[in-house]
Amino acid sequence: MLAALLMLAGGGVAQGQDAGPPYPPVLSGKALVFPQDLGAHPDYRTEWWYITGWLRDAAGVERGFQLTFFRVRTRIGEDNPSRFAPRQLVLAHAAVADPATGRLRHAERSGRAYPGLVEALEGRTAVRVDDWLLEGGDSAQAAYRSRIEADDFGFTLDFAVDRAPVLNGREGYSQKAPDPLNASYYYSRPQLAVSGTLRLDGTTVAVSGHAWLDHEWSSEILPEGARGWDWIGINLADGGGLMAFRMRDHDGRAIWAAATTSARDGSIRIHPPGEVGFKPLRHWRSPRTGIEYPVEWAVTIADRRYRLRPLMDDQELDSRASTGAIYWEGAVRLYEVEEGAEVGDEAGPELGRGYLEMTGYAERLRM
Amino acid sequence: MSVPLRRLFLASLLRRRLASALSLLAIALGVALGLAVHLIHGAALDEFGRGIRAVAGKADLQVVGPRDGFDEALFVTLARRPEVAAASPVLEIDARLPGREESLRILGVDLFRVLRVQPGLMPLADRGGEDLRFAALRPGVVFLSDDAHQRLSAPGHSSEGEALPPALADARIAVQSGVRSLVLEAGGRVPGASGVLGVMDLGAAQQAFGRIGVLSRIDLRLTVGVSPATAQAALSALLPPGIALRAPEAAAGELGSLSRAYRVNLTMLAAIALLTGGFLVFSTQLLSVARRRREFALLRALGLVRAELMRGLLAEGAVVGVVGGLLGVALGHALAAGAFRLVGGDLGAGFFQGVAPQLAFHPAASLAYLLLGVVAGVAGTWLPARAAAAVAPARALRAGEGERAGLPRGDGRGRLAAAMLVFAVLACLVPPLGSIPVGGYAAVVFVLAAAILALPVLAHALLPLLARGRSATWRLAHARLAAAPGQAVVAGAGVIASVALAVSMAIMVNSFRVSVDEWLAQVLPADLYVRASVASGSGYLDPPALAGIAATQGVARVDTTRLINLRLSDAEPLFTVLARPAQGNWGLPLVSGSMEPVAGDAEGLPPAWVSEAAADRHDLARGSRFELPLGGRVQAFRVAGVWRDYARQHGAALIESRDYVALTGDDRVNDAALLLEPGATPAAVAQALRERFGAEHITIALPGEIRAISLQIFDRTFLITYLMEAVAVVIGLFGIATTFAALAATRQGEFGMLRHLGFTRAEIGRLIATEGALTAGLGVIAGLAGGAAIAWVLIEIINRQSFHWSMELAVPWGGLAIFAVSLVLLAALVARLAGRHAMRQSAVLAVKADW
Repeated sequence: MLAALLMLAGGGVAQGQDAGPPYPPVLSGKALVFPQDLGAHPDYRTEWWYITGWLRDAAGVERGFQLTFFRVRTRIGEDNPSRFAPRQLVLAHAAVADPATGRLRHAERSGRAYPGLVEALEGRTAVRVDDWLLEGGDSAQAAYRSRIEADDFGFTLDFAVDRAPVLNGREGYSQKAPDPLNASYYYSRPQLAVSGTLRLDGTTVAVSGHAWLDHEWSSEILPEGARGWDWIGINLADGGGLMAFRMRDHDGRAIWAAATTSARDGSIRIHPPGEVGFKPLRHWRSPRTGIEYPVEWAVTIADRRYRLRPLMDDQELDSRASTGAIYWEGAVRLYEVEEGAEVGDEAGPELGRGYLEMTGYAERLRM
Repeated sequence: MSVPLRRLFLASLLRRRLASALSLLAIALGVALGLAVHLIHGAALDEFGRGIRAVAGKADLQVVGPRDGFDEALFVTLARRPEVAAASPVLEIDARLPGREESLRILGVDLFRVLRVQPGLMPLADRGGEDLRFAALRPGVVFLSDDAHQRLSAPGHSSEGEALPPALADARIAVQSGVRSLVLEAGGRVPGASGVLGVMDLGAAQQAFGRIGVLSRIDLRLTVGVSPATAQAALSALLPPGIALRAPEAAAGELGSLSRAYRVNLTMLAAIALLTGGFLVFSTQLLSVARRRREFALLRALGLVRAELMRGLLAEGAVVGVVGGLLGVALGHALAAGAFRLVGGDLGAGFFQGVAPQLAFHPAASLAYLLLGVVAGVAGTWLPARAAAAVAPARALRAGEGERAGLPRGDGRGRLAAAMLVFAVLACLVPPLGSIPVGGYAAVVFVLAAAILALPVLAHALLPLLARGRSATWRLAHARLAAAPGQAVVAGAGVIASVALAVSMAIMVNSFRVSVDEWLAQVLPADLYVRASVASGSGYLDPPALAGIAATQGVARVDTTRLINLRLSDAEPLFTVLARPAQGNWGLPLVSGSMEPVAGDAEGLPPAWVSEAAADRHDLARGSRFELPLGGRVQAFRVAGVWRDYARQHGAALIESRDYVALTGDDRVNDAALLLEPGATPAAVAQALRERFGAEHITIALPGEIRAISLQIFDRTFLITYLMEAVAVVIGLFGIATTFAALAATRQGEFGMLRHLGFTRAEIGRLIATEGALTAGLGVIAGLAGGAAIAWVLIEIINRQSFHWSMELAVPWGGLAIFAVSLVLLAALVARLAGRHAMRQSAVLAVKADW
């Protein structure tokens, strides 16, 4: 789903741009084609591949991880024959949520697209920034692999695929606001089987688990009147998947929401705004920034009620030094809430695990 | 030293105030000049090094190539290597500011990579709130360092020296690309950078300055645990020819080695000044010791041991050395400060342009030069002190022994002088040590020693020729010198050293100037020259511009020069290649070989003509094979001739334009030489060209103007040597003055006797003046001979080995004659003034005192 970095990137470039073909609009009714749409769409303003998931090592320790590659078309230097012209930027961001560390380890890489070094290729998933990369095969059934090396962590992971991409919204057209122009093309890859290695400082361990991939591209920036969003992507224990988000206004009210639930057999159900509800239950205040985040939620999708609880409270990302954004992005567990139970009651059995992203709690994202 | 002794010895210095002051001053000047050269160069090099450090940031290694850059393909190759943690590509542009004297160094950088390697170059956008990273990506925006902002906001100068408004106005600055102006927006600052520079997006810079696909530098940060040496070993194999991988500090070292020969030459001149100061101490001490001969004998008889006498005298010399040295250290700093203000940090030689050094006190260097002053003082005293200590007290106490007994006898040195000359010849055969002509410097010292040792011999040989004098004064002066040539040696030594120095420099500089003048006439035979910018600058002439020049009314023919700077090896300074038609409007002053390519070349190699420096460094002659890294490949050439080049000390090669374009595809041009149609005036053609391209985009010069400017630069470069010459002459005159002041004091009895015999005071004054003139005359003759020999060594050995260029010997006869005659006259005057004191005493008293 969206992340803060990108909005800033789009916002910054929006000013003082060169002439050049405009960003194509995101329109309903355009069919997504695979494997073509696994790759980059360089004409659109922004695009990202976002992988989140849970890892378990041989000792049974569970950790969350997140890896995002963004592509940004700047509309700068499009008439410049230089290969260094900053027409396309690729930014990568990775984090590990390790309860023993108590907070996120995160790192980032960024660069202008340059053949062989910094790329977001068309036709298949292949994005890299120097030695950080995410690659898929040339079919919708092919596995993905990724490699990240930062100072205090790194991982090399393979992601096996067992089903076709899940198209969100209207056949992949995902509306973000009441105005249908505020939309993106958006598909998810739930239930990716993960295997590989994870390094924390100098220690490398074999890990396995489940992950979730989102791929989304758009020409729009944050909708008018929106302050931020809340998003979840959960791999359900029964083999299904659950994605839900809502856009919030300055008073914290939802201006738009949507959800997709999918089952192991490939059946998909799209939920309109009226069927999606997010309600904060417990807040946590960051000792570093003083920002208060709702870290436990009651979520309603159609007639089902859920409870969200974090792997750990402190999964705040403070990247003011680099991209300027502060948000919360962390591993969460999803619980069933029994029929007839009240908010605040003990939750039911665990249904699945995934990631929660919350932005716009610090200030309104700059446009 | 005990108090009485201190009074005894040091008080003697105060008694002969003039002599002490002059010795002291001579030492001070020598110390000051040497230290100033050292300080100025050190400060300039420090400042340059700081600039390099700031720009290189955290880089462990730098990839550098030809000044014009290299193919950017190397960047990906290196960035993907496991040894490399981060690679940051840089395109460096020496951006010409249209119509202005100043230029702006612009670094095209990838700000995403700068952040990890050279954070000091990170730009900061002015407009608050906007994400600076994206503001800095915009084309047409330059970020200026604080120094650049300050410099460019100040009023500037046109290329012709007229005052202009600031280059930076309303946050806009015009720069030149080719023969066009580009207006860049000053979008913010580069807070971490020092020096005058601007930072731009790399892609935008490549486009704006027509350097698509080209980088000047890649700064590398190595993976943790990989040493620079390991990385160098692993990565060097990947580099195309002509590209070097080195530590960022190496640039400062390279510059240091460029200016080393020049610096050593200046330091040697200062050393000669110091040596002259030492001679001055020697001559005054010798006389002072001779005068105090009986005093010392008495002290010895009263129980002063020999070692104490020796120590006391050496302490006198040391005090002169210390005071002179301290004065010199202060003066040296003042000189350096003045030089920074007047001629910049490069002593006028053009090595450190755009560097604004700050003067700092250097304790170690100051102490070293102070010690040199002390050494000069002590060494000057050594021989007289030893002689004084060696005399048996009983003999010296005998009345009538005479003060002159303490003077050297001044004979039997002919053989030693000859030996010194032989040593000088042998020293000339010694090869240079690391491009420092040590043999040449040794030869200079030997020649100087030979000239001084030969002085008594010269006196013996010349004085009989002057015996047929007319007046009594002349005969007396002559008889005295003939009888006591030791005096001539003492007074003459200082004269010889300074005359030899001045004469040798005069001959060398004159030869150089005449040769440069002839050379300029040879290399500039066309009617008009058009230049868009210096080598590697942002201005250049491309084929459309050249077509425009050719189409201008009155232009008969256009020849072009492309100037490129290459790197022949990792360690070597930049080598210049000139690509131009070998035969055309440009002349080539050949010293060997011919303009015709070597016929019947089996390999079919293209011809090259190399400069003397290149021929010396790479051992080349007509027919040699010479390889140059061009366009990322090694290309062999056949040397057809060797030419004289005063412009590029590190070597240059001329190749045919068509060969260059075929090898590199680079069809840009720096200079065009125009031959005009008969009847066309240069002024009219120049006006037409200015209208076509805009006066601010091109520099048009007539050969006469280029010649005048070049000679002006030449004279500025040698400014400091002229200063040294003047100092040397003044020191020589000091020598005459002190010697005669001391001599006159010892000869009061003699003068008293002459007065009794009927000499008037004026006649005694004339006598002293004549003696002074004769002494100086002998010194000047020996100095002229020595100076001529030293000039030959300077031209044929020292310049050849330091700068690798030859010149024709051209003796400034008229100037030397005037110099010699005025020196003799000045010496007469100075001797007369110095002896004034002796003449003032009453004749009776003077005779009484002596007997």
